[in-house]
Amino acid sequence: MHLVLFLIFAGLCLAGALNLLFQRHPINSALSLIVVMTSLAVLYLLLGAEFLALAQIIVYSGAIMVLFVFVIMLLNVSAEERTHGSRIAYLAGIPGVLALFAILASIFLSLTKNLGSAQLGEFLVTTSDLSRVLFRDLLLPFEVTSVLILVAILGAVVLARKEH
Amino acid sequence: MIPISWYLVLSAALFSIGVSAFLIKRNIISIFMSIELMLNAVNLAFVTFAHHWHQVSGQIFVFFVMVVAAAEAAVGLAIIIAVFRSRDTLNVDQINLMKL
Repeated sequence: MHLVLFLIFAGLCLAGALNLLFQRHPINSALSLIVVMTSLAVLYLLLGAEFLALAQIIVYSGAIMVLFVFVIMLLNVSAEERTHGSRIAYLAGIPGVLALFAILASIFLSLTKNLGSAQLGEFLVTTSDLSRVLFRDLLLPFEVTSVLILVAILGAVVLARKEH
Repeated sequence: MIPISWYLVLSAALFSIGVSAFLIKRNIISIFMSIELMLNAVNLAFVTFAHHWHQVSGQIFVFFVMVVAAAEAAVGLAIIIAVFRSRDTLNVDQINLMKL
């Protein structure tokens, strides 16, 4: 059960991410990013993070991606044209990225024995566990982030306002 | 029973795809979306290690990353709208001056 769910949603994740990479039009990239985020929410649920799974759907695939799609529609973005200003990115970046992935994957796969395996329902963080830590030990950082969001809202309003 | 390392390899793959999208894409909105993809990949690694060590703090970290990502998306998209108003383009090759 766990294996089947993992394979389905990990496959969806990778397919969505590759689709984001290869699509030319930003709206297609945005919609495939929604697929990635929603299937990541299922993976969080498999890892026992029930609050984060719902927050992922509500905050990421809900709020943030709606903002992205809204801006894409507002600016009436067309498909991007390929330019040749990025030759260094192609020549040095792509082999670098492949090397990064190869190194990370080989490290993780060599540690397979030490890391052990994840079992469904072995470790479940309920919302009350999470909120106990958040509101008792980490109350100050939590309040500071609320100020950060307030400042971000003000900044967004000021930046996006039409100048007279 | 899934090896923990599979989740970590998936996270590394998503991060690498995010980095390559960041390098290849020429549209500023697509570049911004690939940053979000990289943040998500790191979040998956955090949740996986939280599961492995049976610690709640990894998930708290993901919570804060989500909050900061939401703030970043709001400000970033406002900057993109401001850039588009002043230059009528979203191609990063044509946005190479801080001042118009």
